[in-house]
Amino acid sequence: MAAPLALLLIVAVTIRAALFRTSLANLISERVEVVSPLNAWKRVVEGLALLDLDISPYSGDVFHETPMVIYLFHFLMDYAEITFMLADCLTAVALYLAVKDYNKQVFRKQKFALEADRIPMDCLELIRSPTEMYYIPLKVAMFYLLNPFTIVSCVAKCTCGCLIYGSALLSAIFLALATYQSIYPLTLCVPALLYLLQRLYIPVNVRRSSFWFYTLQYLFMFLGSLLVLICLSFFLLGSWDFLPAVYGFILSVPDLTPNIGLFWYFFAEMFDHFRLFFLCVFQINVFFYTLPLSIKLKEHPVFLIFMQIALIAIFKSYPTVGDLSLYMAFLPVWNHLYRFLRNIFLVSCVLLACSALFPVLWHLWIYAGSANSNFYYAITLLFSVAQILLVSDYFYAFLRREHHLTNGLYLKKKDGSEATLVLK
Amino acid sequence: MAARRCLGLWFFLITLCVVSTGADVLHTTPVTGTESSAAGTETVVARELPEAPSDPGEHTAAEPTREGEQNDRTRGGEQTLGQPTREEEQEQEKTREGEQTPAQPTREEEEEEEEQEQTRGEEEFTREEEEEELTREEEELTTEEEELTREEEEQTREEEELTTEEEELTTEEEELTREEEEQTREEEEEQQTTAQQEEQTKRWEATELEEEHVHDAAVPPLAGDPPAADPPSPPPSKDDFQEELVIRPLHSGDIYASFQFRTVWDADFMGDQKVSHYRLFPKSLGQVITKFSVRELHISFTQGYWRTMQWGQPYLPSPPGAELWVWFQDTVTDVDGTWKELTNVLSGIFCASLNFIDSTNTVQPSASFKPLGIGNVTDHSFLRYATLPREIVCTENLTPWKKLLPCGSKAGLSVLLKSEKLFHSTFHSQAVHVRPVCQDPQCRTTSMELRQTLNVVFDLHTSGQGKREWSLFKMFSRTLTEACPLASSSKVYVDVTDNPQGEQFELSPATPLLTQAVVLGDRRTYSVYDLTQQASFGSSRSLNMLLRWKAADGEMLRPLLHSERYVAGYGLQAGEIHTLIYNHHPYRAFPVLLLSAVPWYLRLYIHTLTVSSKGKDNRPSYIHYQPSKDRERPHLLEMLLQLPPNSVTEVTVEFERALLKWTEYTPDPNHGFYVGSSVISALVPSVVAMDTNSTLDRPLFSSFFPCKEEASYFMRVYTEPLLVNLPTPDFSMPYNVICLTCTVVAVGYGSLYNLLTRTFQVDEPSPGLAKRIANVIRRFRGVPLL
Repeated sequence: MAAPLALLLIVAVTIRAALFRTSLANLISERVEVVSPLNAWKRVVEGLALLDLDISPYSGDVFHETPMVIYLFHFLMDYAEITFMLADCLTAVALYLAVKDYNKQVFRKQKFALEADRIPMDCLELIRSPTEMYYIPLKVAMFYLLNPFTIVSCVAKCTCGCLIYGSALLSAIFLALATYQSIYPLTLCVPALLYLLQRLYIPVNVRRSSFWFYTLQYLFMFLGSLLVLICLSFFLLGSWDFLPAVYGFILSVPDLTPNIGLFWYFFAEMFDHFRLFFLCVFQINVFFYTLPLSIKLKEHPVFLIFMQIALIAIFKSYPTVGDLSLYMAFLPVWNHLYRFLRNIFLVSCVLLACSALFPVLWHLWIYAGSANSNFYYAITLLFSVAQILLVSDYFYAFLRREHHLTNGLYLKKKDGSEATLVLK
Repeated sequence: MAARRCLGLWFFLITLCVVSTGADVLHTTPVTGTESSAAGTETVVARELPEAPSDPGEHTAAEPTREGEQNDRTRGGEQTLGQPTREEEQEQEKTREGEQTPAQPTREEEEEEEEQEQTRGEEEFTREEEEEELTREEEELTTEEEELTREEEEQTREEEELTTEEEELTTEEEELTREEEEQTREEEEEQQTTAQQEEQTKRWEATELEEEHVHDAAVPPLAGDPPAADPPSPPPSKDDFQEELVIRPLHSGDIYASFQFRTVWDADFMGDQKVSHYRLFPKSLGQVITKFSVRELHISFTQGYWRTMQWGQPYLPSPPGAELWVWFQDTVTDVDGTWKELTNVLSGIFCASLNFIDSTNTVQPSASFKPLGIGNVTDHSFLRYATLPREIVCTENLTPWKKLLPCGSKAGLSVLLKSEKLFHSTFHSQAVHVRPVCQDPQCRTTSMELRQTLNVVFDLHTSGQGKREWSLFKMFSRTLTEACPLASSSKVYVDVTDNPQGEQFELSPATPLLTQAVVLGDRRTYSVYDLTQQASFGSSRSLNMLLRWKAADGEMLRPLLHSERYVAGYGLQAGEIHTLIYNHHPYRAFPVLLLSAVPWYLRLYIHTLTVSSKGKDNRPSYIHYQPSKDRERPHLLEMLLQLPPNSVTEVTVEFERALLKWTEYTPDPNHGFYVGSSVISALVPSVVAMDTNSTLDRPLFSSFFPCKEEASYFMRVYTEPLLVNLPTPDFSMPYNVICLTCTVVAVGYGSLYNLLTRTFQVDEPSPGLAKRIANVIRRFRGVPLL
């Protein structure tokens, strides 16, 4: 398994290095779909230039990265390309290992269920075989590394966060890091906790003290590392300026530069006196699904992670295709749901068409002047709808498979005829 | 490296301070209000004493009157002019003319007597004069009967104070005069006395003239015609008004006319005592200055762009649109709040949209705008600078501006300011500058100086039906008939430097008076028409200068410094601002300060800033950059550049265009957004030695920017404003966008809600309506259901 992964990494690095050398790199780094005001490399360079001029990077409204990033790149400025490639490779390897670990768990669980005869006989075709699961981690890594979206993000030197799940402390630290980068990964705290609880065979039971103990321990680690990070940035910078400049900027959406999300045009066209209300509604919307999803999917934390990442990518204030690529990397893990997906063909067609139309309509609006903002807006809307359909389709398929695993695949009506399954 | 940069910056700042502030540390040559106010005033004594030009070979601007010139001639013509022979001829002509005027000899005699009397017993005259003035003021006050008694009391109190001050002054003067009498009559020393006497005489004349004007308006007042009965020994001049018009024929065939009106008031606005009695100084401005504790105020309204390459340098530069910069006194605690109020008040005074100045277009330049008056203020937190490049200037701004003049538009040069002609021009700029200046050479007390300037460029070459000629009447549809009776000096200058032998153009009526002034690093010769002299108007009792071009347009000397600015790039996403600064000096490099304030919606990337001259990187030795805050403050970029000789320096910086909220766009969003002019402040090496000695009699147009160095002069160049298009949302569909986006969010919410709250169940189709009714009937009948 190590050899194909190494080969994959080499291919991925080659593609990225080749793209960095071409003039496409500049073009890509200007694309609004790829970079957002939060993570544009140009703005990081600007922040560094401001630091060189002895001006706080947060005194202006150009730089919105966290202080850690700017001090990191302060030292790694000359190795930025390598850093980004390395970050991509590390994320891919981490995903690879995490999925491998998850597969092992799934397999073990399935074996227990089979031995306990809990799975109905007609559901055997739903059982996952080791051979088909063997390549999933590699596919995940491949999906991540060779996804054009990831590649362009890397070439554009987007600074998206990555997640690793290993030990509890490590996961807490990385989660804190991700949260520190952009506050949305806060919602991933719950699935991470569930995942770790599951690994330790601690049942999610509010009456058990071990559950509370572990939860508090994890929360303490998470909040502690978050606090350490923020205090560290305070000491690096010497002021709290970065808090409104980074988190205030994410939450209040003052920059209406077009992107693939829903916020920019909505708030450009919003009436001033409703702005705050809708801002609250839209931001709460991102965090809103965490609790019900955790309750519904408490046995399946990895799927919960997937759902959370996807919802963040759709509903966050400054989404980029890099966010998209992260949750799309998980799609191979849900290969077995394919038979229950209802409109995957339509959705993938729409996503592909939109990806092609983004640059076209952008050009028509901004450069040719023959279209207006509505054209681009329409595509972003369609893109969002397609993503929502994709996510809800996977969610539906996942729930349906779980239902079949308990109730049998071929359901019969009372009168013996073939039954159709509906949500009620 | 850093140390060197610091040092360079320090030097430049010092030079700038020295240049732009009125008084330097030594107080050797401060800008003095009284000195300048005495400049050019035709007084009795002045005619007796020969002019004393500080700079040999330079004719002073306050041209001698006939008597003075006669004296000069008898003394051997010490005034050196460019063409001595010609001048003598002119003087001879003048003498002949002068002989025709019968009053002349007697006047001279009287004046001599007056002077002697003055030196003997000025005290008496002072008292007499005070009484006179008091009575005059009381007469005026009789109309307002209610306030009469109170104000009289106040005035008497004031006058008493004045008298004591006056006595002190007079004793000093007496001493001085005695000393001088003992000494040989050396010109410079005499001039001191002259200056002091002039002050008093002038004050006295002004009051007298006012009365004359009131009683008999038909008789044009003559400043040089003092009533013999009242020897002048007035109280110290409280305020003084001068007016001036400079006409410069431009090589392009256009005509540049520059009006300057200067009011100097020896009132202390900075102090605690309230200033409540206004005479020449406009009360509306005075109150604003007092209320908002303004140290300096500079405001300009400009329509059109000054084409430096075609027209050369203007006397007073200004950017297109409105420009306002204010130094507040250091007693102001809430500078931003005061600034906001001040802009609103000024907006009302000048009928302009200055109320649109807010924090998003206000900057605090760190080095480019030093105070022009006295006071070495370095804390730029009391400075606010804002431009409104889109401001349209028209009649409604001109009318309130004219109302600030003591004579309004009734008399003097301001009769020419008729809006129908002024705005039929290629360039129009009007400005108000208020600053504190020194009252005396020692700078013990300060006066407030108000300069109102108006610059017009008439495009006569194209609108003059092919004939290259102009006259006052053609330009302004008016002619001059009198000076403003309140003015101590009222002159018209015509720049004849390029026309020494009369080969370029012909100017009529010819004037014998020539003066030279060092303006913008060049020695220029001017024909002078003194409106306070009846003879200037000739027999027709009106002055209508006529200038006829003879030769085709000649080569103009290229201005040493000029600049261009433009936006490069295409599309509505990003762009690049290019600023080109030309140094045309063949061998001298000089430093310039470049200031650009860019609105926040063009996001500048300072790391893309490149400065290059002659293909090489030219690192600015000082950069002050303040990044913008969205909807709060603009970008401010100031840098100190060294321009190599004979070079073009290109400054480029990239920017990104922001998408605004739909309510933040102007009503015509596709017209684009204006970016105010960049300001280039420079110390340009001068061709001739600059006049660092602020002599008594420099013309107003040459004395605005104080000059402290002979080798260079201060200059300000404004670049073009930019017009930048921004991406626009569709303004017609806010409801649609809100509905559609909310729908998408609802789709997401709905599908997840659906999946979260419902469970899978086997679909048991409910029976149809007919079947259900049938079943109900069957139940009644006791038959098995369907």
